[in-house]
Amino acid sequence: MIEAPEKVTPKIVEPTIFDLSSPGRIGVTMPASDVPEADSPPVHLLRSELPLPELAEVDVVRHYMHLSKFNYSVDGGYYPLGSCTMKYNPKINEDTCRLPGFLFTHPLQPVETVQGNLALMYQLQDWLKEIAGFAAVTLQPAAGAHGEFTGVLMMRAYHKSRGDTQRTRMLIPDAAHGTNPASVGMMGMSVVTIPSDERGNVDLKTLEAACDDKVVGMMLTNPNTLGLFDENIEKVIELVHGCGGLMYGDGANMNALLGIVRPGDLGFDVMHFNLHKTFSVPHGGGGPGVGPVGVAAHLADFLPEPLVDIIEEGGDDWPPLYGFVKPAKSIGRMKAFHGNFGGGFVRAYTYIAMHGPDGLKDISQYAVLNANYLLARLRDTYHVPFDRICMHEFVAEGQFEGSPVRALDISKRLMDYNFHPPTNYFPLIVHEALMIEPTETENKDTLDTFVDTMIKIAEEAKNNPDVVKSAPNNTQFGRMDEVKAARELVLCCWLPEGYDLNQ
Amino acid sequence: MLETIGVKSLDDLFAAVPAKHRFPKLDLPPALTEMEAMTQLSEIANFNENVRGDLISFLGAGMYHHYIPSVVDHMLRRGEFYTAYTPYQPEISQGTLQAIFEYQSLMAALTGMDVSNASHYDGATATAEAVSLAYAQFRGKRRKVVVSATVHPQYRAVVHTYMQGMEMELTSNDENADFDSDPNDLANLVDDNTCLLIIQYPDFFGRVYDYTQLIEAAHAKGALVCIVANPTALALFKTPGAMGADIVVGDGQPLGIPLWYGGPSVGFFTTRKQYVHKMAGRLVGETIDNRGQRAYVLTLTAREQHIKRERATSNICTNQSLLALGTAVYLSLLGKQGLGQVANLCYQKAHYAAGQLGKVKGYRIKYHEPFFHEFVLECPQPVAEINSHLLDEGILGGYDLSQDYPLLANCMLVAVTEMNSREDIDALVTVLSEVNHD
Repeated sequence: MIEAPEKVTPKIVEPTIFDLSSPGRIGVTMPASDVPEADSPPVHLLRSELPLPELAEVDVVRHYMHLSKFNYSVDGGYYPLGSCTMKYNPKINEDTCRLPGFLFTHPLQPVETVQGNLALMYQLQDWLKEIAGFAAVTLQPAAGAHGEFTGVLMMRAYHKSRGDTQRTRMLIPDAAHGTNPASVGMMGMSVVTIPSDERGNVDLKTLEAACDDKVVGMMLTNPNTLGLFDENIEKVIELVHGCGGLMYGDGANMNALLGIVRPGDLGFDVMHFNLHKTFSVPHGGGGPGVGPVGVAAHLADFLPEPLVDIIEEGGDDWPPLYGFVKPAKSIGRMKAFHGNFGGGFVRAYTYIAMHGPDGLKDISQYAVLNANYLLARLRDTYHVPFDRICMHEFVAEGQFEGSPVRALDISKRLMDYNFHPPTNYFPLIVHEALMIEPTETENKDTLDTFVDTMIKIAEEAKNNPDVVKSAPNNTQFGRMDEVKAARELVLCCWLPEGYDLNQ
Repeated sequence: MLETIGVKSLDDLFAAVPAKHRFPKLDLPPALTEMEAMTQLSEIANFNENVRGDLISFLGAGMYHHYIPSVVDHMLRRGEFYTAYTPYQPEISQGTLQAIFEYQSLMAALTGMDVSNASHYDGATATAEAVSLAYAQFRGKRRKVVVSATVHPQYRAVVHTYMQGMEMELTSNDENADFDSDPNDLANLVDDNTCLLIIQYPDFFGRVYDYTQLIEAAHAKGALVCIVANPTALALFKTPGAMGADIVVGDGQPLGIPLWYGGPSVGFFTTRKQYVHKMAGRLVGETIDNRGQRAYVLTLTAREQHIKRERATSNICTNQSLLALGTAVYLSLLGKQGLGQVANLCYQKAHYAAGQLGKVKGYRIKYHEPFFHEFVLECPQPVAEINSHLLDEGILGGYDLSQDYPLLANCMLVAVTEMNSREDIDALVTVLSEVNHD
């Protein structure tokens, strides 16, 4: 990392909202009160000052517009970011999720007044069950990691209900997402790491040796984070089930499987979906996510409460009445209210409705086609350690013999050519990993331009490494001093010193 | 493309998938065009009765119907914001990073605390993460959490869910009590084994207490204190920071996020500087780039799951970035004066409503402490019956407290915001008077 000289007053590209404040300005005026004035609360209960910024509406708009221009986004360009499924987010979703019937309904309204919301949730539960082959689905978890936590809680509750309380070990492959072991850590369970074999599959020998009556289950991403479908998946599941363990599927890579294979059919007992990856809910700069969980029949009673169900059957002339039910052995509630309804369920519903069964299969076929095309064109330039037909993504090495250039440098150099970098340094089992996921929404021209750029950067790495090591050079901001950020820990700003709050 | 790859057909790409399960026929309805989808979704949405036209709402209990200025959604609809990924590449993510840094600053200022993280899923999960912080602070040696029964029932339920597997004790004061007692009595439940006391401000019944003494008493036993706060109330009332709280959490929904049938919203989490390394969730910090420009990065990432894996405090990976941005835009627009006006309107109108309803024969305002946003109305009949009558008149009544508090059998939690006109409130009073005469 290139560090900037110490003790230089930094150049301010865009002031903060606090820097822009000026006493007395206001962006929105609220109406006057239309009721007689009440007695004021006792003075000792009041706060002395409210140090919030003061700006006119136009200043607020310009400030956030300026900030928006500093962001790379799917709407702005190509994002081959492995394991993140940065597909295009259809604009219609933005309109459907803001229909007044969805936007202005309160989560505690009587069910009779929100039959539209409940019908949509019921339908979405059903569709997710059908797509992934599960008996029941909860929509409540707010993100993938939240869904994982939900799943692990259910696995624990399942064993406990059978008096099988000695199970405390979770089997997790070395290629897994960090959230998998972290979810297990939250439960006080221990993690047994299972290595991958030379073809990128779960190492069956180690797995077999680890399978005993202490095993809660296995958390497996399939296709795994190398983008490879485990060639022995049925054997893996058989071994885990054989020792009484449950099979958890990390649905992060579901974009490879729509209409291709249903995890439930393979024998997975529980799996979370990432609606913000597979089903086009936008990533929002880091959230909100949506992480529903599907389960096989033997885990359905443990789902979080409440679930949407039909509480009164319909007749010829009237629709069924939807409401909430509590599963018999529910692990409890994962968040307040019913999950990320508006920004999550409505968008995903719209997306599935507009694709249908054939369209969903097309998504996965083209996502896999695009990934294999990139792999085929890049493998002569970038070493691919587990080189076989991949699913929706693959992992290459970002290093060249005799060149000081590393994966991180290649990523930063891609920014100069207006591409978002691939995922770096993950999975941990590949050196200098560049994890590339094209998604189905990119055309061949974009893929070819990306490949040409990657090949060009590889040449630069050999012939002109400085230009790669110093990248990005064409962006508004350069590499960051991360050490300074962690050492000085400036996490907030305030109104400028001497600001008159009483004016 | 297939030729470049070296396969004959698309199907050849899926040879690793077990043949007997390959290419299932999915039983889903055929694809809709955009126009058909819009029609279908509009029909579904129209099956609902919304609180912006169909119903006059007096329902709160954790989600509040406030006015959202136009600018907020215009900013949230910028593709540059909503179609961006988590800002792991700071050179091309300064928009999101600076916006989160501003959100952190605004929440710290509002709650009177030193630092804020980049947000949690919602107020309930933020409360559960406060338990993880306290647990880590005492290295698991203190194994008891005391939560007031006047904390939102669903928040308490989520804390309970999160604590499974931690082998910790969760203690509460009696849900069967009448809740007339002094909140300072909670101090009796805090002992040397307690890592955290959780209280709500204003409490679930809308009552505003100065918790300074209670917090001092909990600190005297060595416990940390978490306040679940209503952010709109903080425009008016003493900050949890000024009362001595160690952690302040809550739901940011009232700050510019639509009701959206309960989500997504944003869970805020602020604390004192000394606990920052134990706090879960993402954090944005200020730094400079190699051109000497002020810039922002995700910092202290070594605490997080992708580095620490099973030793991480929490498995949290996302924050509610887009909604944190919405909150920042809302607070920037309203500013000191605007947010003060919103809080004052809520205060005035709720007090007018309580004053009028207290005069109706058969009804009684249950508590007499200062209150904000909402208050408890004791009714002559079960709330479910009254609400069903109100609904016939186009009014969405308050929350039925008997669902969670057996002794508050006929008690309704009535919420009033700036969205309720005097006319709305008078209509509620009129209909309730009629109910009593039935």
